[in-house]
Amino acid sequence: MSVIESKIRTHSDDFRANREAMQALISELREVTARTARGGSESARQKHADRGKLHARARIDRLIDPGSPFLELSPLAAHDMYDGRIAAAGLITGIGRIQGRECVIVANDATVKGGTYYPMTVKKHLRAQQVALANCLPCVYLVDSGGAFLPLQDEVFADGEHFGRIFYNQANLSARGIPQIACVMGSCTAGGAYVPAMSDEAVIVRNQGTIFLAGPPLVKAATGEQVSAEDLGGGDVHTRLSGVADHLAENDSHALALTRRIVANLGARRASTQPPATPEPPAYDPAELAGVMPTDLYKQVDVREIIARIVDGSRLDEFKARYGTTLVTGFAHIHGYPVGIIASNGVLFSESAQKGAHFVELCAQRHVPLVFLQNISGFMVGRKYENEGIARHGAKLVTAVATASVPKFTVLIGGSYGAGNYGMCGRAYDPRFLWSWPNARISVMGGEQAASVLATVRRDAIEARGEHWSAEDEEEFKRPTREQFEAQSHPYYATARLWDDGIVEPAQTRRALGLGLAAAANAPIEGTHFGVFRM
Amino acid sequence: MFARILIANRGEIACRVIDTCRRLGIATVAIYSDADANARHVRLADEAWRVGPAAASESYLRADRVIEVAQQAGAEAVHPGYGFLSENADFARACAEAGLVFIGPPAESIRAMGSKSAAKALMQKAGVPLVPGYHGDDQRAGQLAAEAERIGYPVMIKASAGGGGKGMRVVRVPEEFAEVLASCQRESRASFGDDRMLVEKYLERPRHIEIQVFADTQGHTLSLFERDCSSQRRHQKVVEEAPAPSVDAAQREAMGRSACDAAQAVGYVGAGTVEFIVDSDGVYYFMEMNTRLQVEHPITEMITGLDLVEWQLRVAAGEPLPRTQDGLTIKGHAIEVRVYAETPDNGFLPSVGRLAHLALPALGPDVRWDSGVAQGDQITPYYDPMIAKLIVHAHDRVAAIARMRIALGELEIIGVGHNVDFLACLIDHPAFRDASVDTGLIERDMQFLVASGQAPPAPVAQAAALAQLASERRASAQNDDSPWAAGDGWRLNSQYSRRLNFAAGEHDIAVDVEYADGAWRVDGLRAALHVDGVGHYRVVLGGRQFAVHMVEHGSAWHVFLGGQHYRLDYRDALAEAIASEEVESELTAPMPGRIVSILQETGTPVDKGAPLLVMEAMKMELTIAAPANGRVTAYCCAEGDQVMDGDELVEFEPDG
Repeated sequence: MSVIESKIRTHSDDFRANREAMQALISELREVTARTARGGSESARQKHADRGKLHARARIDRLIDPGSPFLELSPLAAHDMYDGRIAAAGLITGIGRIQGRECVIVANDATVKGGTYYPMTVKKHLRAQQVALANCLPCVYLVDSGGAFLPLQDEVFADGEHFGRIFYNQANLSARGIPQIACVMGSCTAGGAYVPAMSDEAVIVRNQGTIFLAGPPLVKAATGEQVSAEDLGGGDVHTRLSGVADHLAENDSHALALTRRIVANLGARRASTQPPATPEPPAYDPAELAGVMPTDLYKQVDVREIIARIVDGSRLDEFKARYGTTLVTGFAHIHGYPVGIIASNGVLFSESAQKGAHFVELCAQRHVPLVFLQNISGFMVGRKYENEGIARHGAKLVTAVATASVPKFTVLIGGSYGAGNYGMCGRAYDPRFLWSWPNARISVMGGEQAASVLATVRRDAIEARGEHWSAEDEEEFKRPTREQFEAQSHPYYATARLWDDGIVEPAQTRRALGLGLAAAANAPIEGTHFGVFRM
Repeated sequence: MFARILIANRGEIACRVIDTCRRLGIATVAIYSDADANARHVRLADEAWRVGPAAASESYLRADRVIEVAQQAGAEAVHPGYGFLSENADFARACAEAGLVFIGPPAESIRAMGSKSAAKALMQKAGVPLVPGYHGDDQRAGQLAAEAERIGYPVMIKASAGGGGKGMRVVRVPEEFAEVLASCQRESRASFGDDRMLVEKYLERPRHIEIQVFADTQGHTLSLFERDCSSQRRHQKVVEEAPAPSVDAAQREAMGRSACDAAQAVGYVGAGTVEFIVDSDGVYYFMEMNTRLQVEHPITEMITGLDLVEWQLRVAAGEPLPRTQDGLTIKGHAIEVRVYAETPDNGFLPSVGRLAHLALPALGPDVRWDSGVAQGDQITPYYDPMIAKLIVHAHDRVAAIARMRIALGELEIIGVGHNVDFLACLIDHPAFRDASVDTGLIERDMQFLVASGQAPPAPVAQAAALAQLASERRASAQNDDSPWAAGDGWRLNSQYSRRLNFAAGEHDIAVDVEYADGAWRVDGLRAALHVDGVGHYRVVLGGRQFAVHMVEHGSAWHVFLGGQHYRLDYRDALAEAIASEEVESELTAPMPGRIVSILQETGTPVDKGAPLLVMEAMKMELTIAAPANGRVTAYCCAEGDQVMDGDELVEFEPDG
């Protein structure tokens, strides 16, 4: 395989400036992440600890194998939403190893509004289950939640992708042989009661976990019966009398130990997840990515410089290197797993779109996972291109990407605009994982372009009425649109709404991809049936 | 010389005898009990024969079996070692009658020295100095009390047939005499089946000094000089040294002559030890003679350059002593410590178990390790819990102490409790250093000698934490190239930190660890652990590095640093939660049935899982077992009772 030769000079002023700018973004990201990771308010956390309960994150740290990685999903979910009080949407999700087996872990953070489900909480929970389904990963639910957040019940209860879907998913995951394990470490009320009830195997903590369809206040209101939470649906009741749970734990640690024991008894995994090749670090230090990637999206960088700092040995065997050069395609390895890389190196033209579709076909045929590195302002526009049928060629790429059944991974390393987002495997195209860099931007088009489009329409209308629209007025008109796009294309805005699985530091991209590839290896790759390619 | 001998013993002394035999070209036949089927002495001997079950009384003490085996195996002679049959006159006689040479003194000598009072009478005749005392046959309490008055308090009451400190007590005031006498008589009856007592002057702060004698069948008797065995715990020797620091040439000669007189008075042949008690003025009195090779014989070998087992064999084969008294000189100083499987911080209770790890100091002509076990062997509850004797030699006492201290620091034992730290403290004790140890020192200064109870210094805990982290990382990456196996605590946009908890004795120690880019920060210090060999590590903590030896055993890390041994138990919250899991044993009747039998006394401690009662239900017997270590406080049923499903059967109180 051929080793990419970097032309980046790490002592150049550009490199330093880039690095400084990226470091600022990374520092902010780390700071926001750390703040969010604390969960609820100081007093809520203290109250939680006083009950002898571990924080959701501490539970996960003890649940997974000691010192093993944890690939958290959307740690900044609901960031700046709901008055900014619902840290991580009150739910920690991610992939971690338990007894050597990668599992999806879903843990309610009871210090955040009692672990109740906001719309983003539901979305995050469902996303975790989707990850489990796509990658055949056992699910472990560390339950500690008061159920739906009632003031927003219209946004969490009734729709297809709302609360009920959680249990639909549990049933169907279980039906596919994907283990569903619940560990009830706190409340589990009403609909929530179905999380353990729908699980294959469930643990409950004595004097702490409760499972009931209606809590003591509702029971009293309904029938007048007065009963304590523990007698109504505590650990002793459910493991001795009702059979709703299977194992009684004395405390959090014990519950986590029992949960690990359950995972240990899941039987052998279906597929080997060992990398086919020996993993090898890139020849160029991934830490250099901060200086390689300009945070200013108008500045271009040869995407091979980025690939060189992500793939094993910085080796890339390019496909069609001389054709459709605004898209770089080629074979490489990440942490020993073979991948097909599809990386933006400018605007998509008809040729680059066809090249991309061809390469996707190759990878689908060969069962090679795809990694998309998105940095794209869109498809080329203009008469020449429309007339030669760029929409037709773009559709080929979109069709190939949409229907290829190999695992796909997408990293937004810069801009993600318009149909470029589709052709390069945006969220709607079901990549197994999608991460953004902290400098990324995502929107239907650039803010300036959007403002111009709207201004042009407006100017046409004004001038049709024979009126005059001053440049100042136009600027005043364009400003809010520009501001709106700026705010909404920000990666924090995107990640808060689960348009991605999290923001990742450039230097950690390789590791995140490696973990994702290894997780994906748990599911067998099925044959692809492409749709009709418009020729 | 013999071609083939049987060694009627086990453990280190059997191995020790085999060593010399191998050097002299004598084939060895070992004997073993069921508990020793794979013991080191069995592995070393040319052949080995089973003599019986584990209990010594059914195996190593079975004179008839031993002689039978010796004959079957074609041995010409029997070496009895020490303990077991070594001072059994009947056995010595039986050997002779069976045509076997008993490698030891004649039966008459053994018998003569066997009874303390008779021996003293003999010694008195031979002019050997005796502690003022009463050894008479009139055993009436009044007579004994009157003798005590005559001798003068404090006095010591001893069982005539005694040994090992049994039936032996000090009386300081006449008012206590009667009571102590009765107690000694009881103890002696229980231990020796004989309650005859003798009364002697009790010496304050005495030293125990003994002379190694050797005699041949040609009538030569000589002294191989003295050993000081004053470091004793409950009359058991712990540290021995030769020569005795308090003895000068004149006294050595006088004591040697007395010892030879004593041996000759009983027609002694072979190796023997005459024990003297020496007061603070250097006045010595005969105590007893041990008619065998002593445990501590190696220190004599170290200072004389001789092999006493070889001498035993030569003398038994009828050869004359290889040297004359004039040909013997003392070279340097030797010290021996007895390494026991015991728990000094728990009343020195014997400890049993598997020697999971045993690393020895660098051995050589001046550092000797006499042991009956190797790493991986079991210390069983059936016999003396001595693991080994560590013996060092140097040109003088100060150098010997230094060498012993180093050797003890290098000695690593894991798997059973042991007294190595206690021995190190004893060697470090000022009284030992300035050679003023008396036989009461250990009991008086115990608090300075058992584990100080201080928390290990921070770097020790940090090293253990690093070892734990490295072990976890190794375990996860074993045969696993997946990035999930990295064990580097990777987190998205953040760093994983955790607290490792250890228990060192009564101390809880927490070490904070941050995982940072594939490295660790331990208690805020950038840290690394380099492997320099199996169990040998170099720890980097901030700007400091040090070498350390660490061994994982169960959930504990044993850290050997600077001659100290620290044990840090890694406290994993989940493992502890599982371990303390209460097996919910139904103490209620699981189904209707009849109580067949009640098995425990109420209030008696029982172990978890011990049967408490048996009931019969559905034509099957069902045992109700203890849910934890604890005790039955009450039975709620009686044998023969019919009980119903759910009836409470037992009230149980778990420990703690």
